[in-house]
Amino acid sequence: MIEISAFLDLRNISKYYSGVIALDKVDFRVEEGEIHGLVGENGSGKSTLVKIITGVVQPEEGAIIEIKGERVHNLTPFEAFKRGIHVVHQDLSLFPNLSVAENIVSHLYLEKKNSFINWAKVRKQAHEVLRKLDLDMDLDAIVGDLRIADQQLVAICRAIASDAKMLILDEPTSSLTWREVERLFHFINSLKKRGISVIFISHRLSEVLEISDKVTVLRNGVNVGTFSKEELDENRLVSLMTGKSIIFQKKMKSVENREVILKIENLTRKGQYENINFSLYKGEILGIIGPRGSGRTELATSLFGLNPPDSGKIFFEGKEVKIKNNMEAVKLGIAYVPENRILQGLVLDHSIENNIAITNLGKISNKYGLIDKDLKRSLSIEALKEFRIKAQDVELAVKTLSGGNQQKVVLAKWILTSPKILILDSPTNGIDVGAKESIHNLIKELAEKGMSIILISDEESEVLYNCSRIIVMKEGKILGEYNPESLSEKSLRKIIQQVGENGDQEKSFEQIN
Amino acid sequence: MEIKRNPLSRLTKKNEFYLFLVLIVLSTFLAISNPKFLRLENIFDLLRNNTFLGIVALGELVVLISGGIDVSFTAIATIAQYIMGFIISTYYIDNILVAILLPIPIGIALGAINGLLVYYTRVHPVIITISTLNAFYGLLIFLSKGTWIYNFPPSFRRFAQLKLITLVNERGIKYGLSIFTGIWIVVAIITWLILKYFPIGRKIYAIGGNLEAARRAGFNIFRTQLFVYCYIGALSGLAAFVHAQLTQMIQPNAIVGRELDVIAAAILGGASVFGGSGSVAGAVMGVLLIAVIKNGLILMKLPAYWHQVVMGAIIIIAASISALQRKIKAKRESVSVG
Repeated sequence: MIEISAFLDLRNISKYYSGVIALDKVDFRVEEGEIHGLVGENGSGKSTLVKIITGVVQPEEGAIIEIKGERVHNLTPFEAFKRGIHVVHQDLSLFPNLSVAENIVSHLYLEKKNSFINWAKVRKQAHEVLRKLDLDMDLDAIVGDLRIADQQLVAICRAIASDAKMLILDEPTSSLTWREVERLFHFINSLKKRGISVIFISHRLSEVLEISDKVTVLRNGVNVGTFSKEELDENRLVSLMTGKSIIFQKKMKSVENREVILKIENLTRKGQYENINFSLYKGEILGIIGPRGSGRTELATSLFGLNPPDSGKIFFEGKEVKIKNNMEAVKLGIAYVPENRILQGLVLDHSIENNIAITNLGKISNKYGLIDKDLKRSLSIEALKEFRIKAQDVELAVKTLSGGNQQKVVLAKWILTSPKILILDSPTNGIDVGAKESIHNLIKELAEKGMSIILISDEESEVLYNCSRIIVMKEGKILGEYNPESLSEKSLRKIIQQVGENGDQEKSFEQIN
Repeated sequence: MEIKRNPLSRLTKKNEFYLFLVLIVLSTFLAISNPKFLRLENIFDLLRNNTFLGIVALGELVVLISGGIDVSFTAIATIAQYIMGFIISTYYIDNILVAILLPIPIGIALGAINGLLVYYTRVHPVIITISTLNAFYGLLIFLSKGTWIYNFPPSFRRFAQLKLITLVNERGIKYGLSIFTGIWIVVAIITWLILKYFPIGRKIYAIGGNLEAARRAGFNIFRTQLFVYCYIGALSGLAAFVHAQLTQMIQPNAIVGRELDVIAAAILGGASVFGGSGSVAGAVMGVLLIAVIKNGLILMKLPAYWHQVVMGAIIIIAASISALQRKIKAKRESVSVG
């Protein structure tokens, strides 16, 4: 077989970090114009592989890197960039204060010959790129004012503008709505037609399977295999990633003892959600599913007192309550784990024990009301055990942990307050399969012990297999309440997608085909 | 095909537009309560007396856009001014070019110290420049022993009288648009050109908007930051000359203490302490606004202590408005995205 079509061909790639094997003799090959999924749990070596491809770290001796059939020794970031390998980071790395046009062609400022900026040329070149990619955007719009999905397209356009031949997309869909994901996939497919290769990295396996031509699975630094998408389904992929045979997930039974702990009547907040009615039973896991912008997060923050409703009633254990702020919510026994753990859930630079202590000051104070260091430490050490958080020591900064373990710290800090109601907003977003499962198990254990849980998610399988009832929200309203036993993932997705498909969010930006 | 927005709606989104409105409203109000205010003589005086503030505010603008801040420029200006004054009065150099050009390299050198410290220590620039403010100023007081300088050569005195436009008022006294206002305008144009049309200017916006992204894009962070602190150093040197011209004497303690006026003017003009935003037009109008308010207070014959109260109130109001804008924007986003 003549191998002329490979854009990138890596053979025998190993990497050790102070004796620990991050990658072990990995082969990895991406054809021209191929969309190649790259999956693996945290610590499987995905990011190390990306760093080697982009020249940020060098592989051990014996590695062979070929780009377009040409052997490359000593791949530096600059060299990788010059050969057309570009990464679109999860944080997008855009300049939020500058215009779309300027962001797209900012590489021009690096060229020596451009000593004076010709704005007409800047706009023209940016316009060229957009035209080439069939995109229609306001060139003068400030990037920070755009929605995330549009910002992402700007980031991709920027890479194309500086002649990208291969794009590495790192978790590109983690903050997009379904429609936006569809649009992104459409866009990725149009890149493919232009012969651009794409490496698609995501924890969302259904999306990986949908978009990729081939999928490479890494596990503990070893390439488990590269498969064409026809050979795979989600279950197979999970078992390849985790190395465990598949456990068929069981759906939850509805709770027998229907003791209402929380009842919501006609809750409305203008522009966010309206006429919300539901009850939450003791010891159940209630799923709320809906796309971003459906009002699910706004509703959750209202129950936690951060976003007071305009009208409607909240009954807690039969008594009407007004939750005016978060302190009152905590006093009632309501805990809220926010969607964005990095910005809202954790103090990243602080230690694990300090993060856990924040919500549990009462437990670790001595009789003078001062913090008892030993109590603080022992509380956190117990939490590590109870929540199976993998960390060397409780004095380590939270940012040194993996995403899954960070999320467990957030859960721990709230669960230790022994709340009666625990509201979890997208608790497994961006977390790998293994950690996800252990978080789900933890939630179920808590419910069995009598805690009532509201689980907000935009993943059908998550609510389907972990909740005893499911509420579907869309555009600020409840579409209906469903029993998971009567649903499949597909039928649930249909319910969510059927209404209001042509939302009015698309005004600022349209893709022309 | 591209979507064009209504140019008027673009204008009303701009901070400068509202600043301009406030300036007009305030001026009208002052003109009604005191007709003297709108007289050309008063306006020319106003511009001349605020040249120092105006020039260094442009330097501060550039630093703020880059995501930094400099509070040491008053000490830099004082040192540049003192060395210049000392040399031309001691050796009696009767050449105005020396007086103009000497303080600038001194300012650049001291600014470079700030730039190097900010880049290499990675300590927040407010800490760095508070430290250099004290170090520079302390050193000057020690070396100068606080002596004043006022025996300048004739050319130094003549230059201060130069006018771009000369008019005569009804009492037969000459007045006009000072050369210093001209210098301010030239500096404003140069700053505008740098920020808008030179790659270094766009890189200044870029590092202020997202430092990490700028690093990943391959921009030279060191050179950009060094430029920024040298630029405010250079402008501090130039402003120091103007200040010495206006007062015709050099006191080591005349300038230090005016840091907040300058930062307030830049922030009032739309620059953000978080970096990435701000414009020359805004910074000029910020200075004018502060000048008009102070002038109004004088015309209203309010005691000087009230000036400080009013200044403080203005900074709080300006900062709250921009914080409020951010909050509204964040809210809008959370509704459409979250």
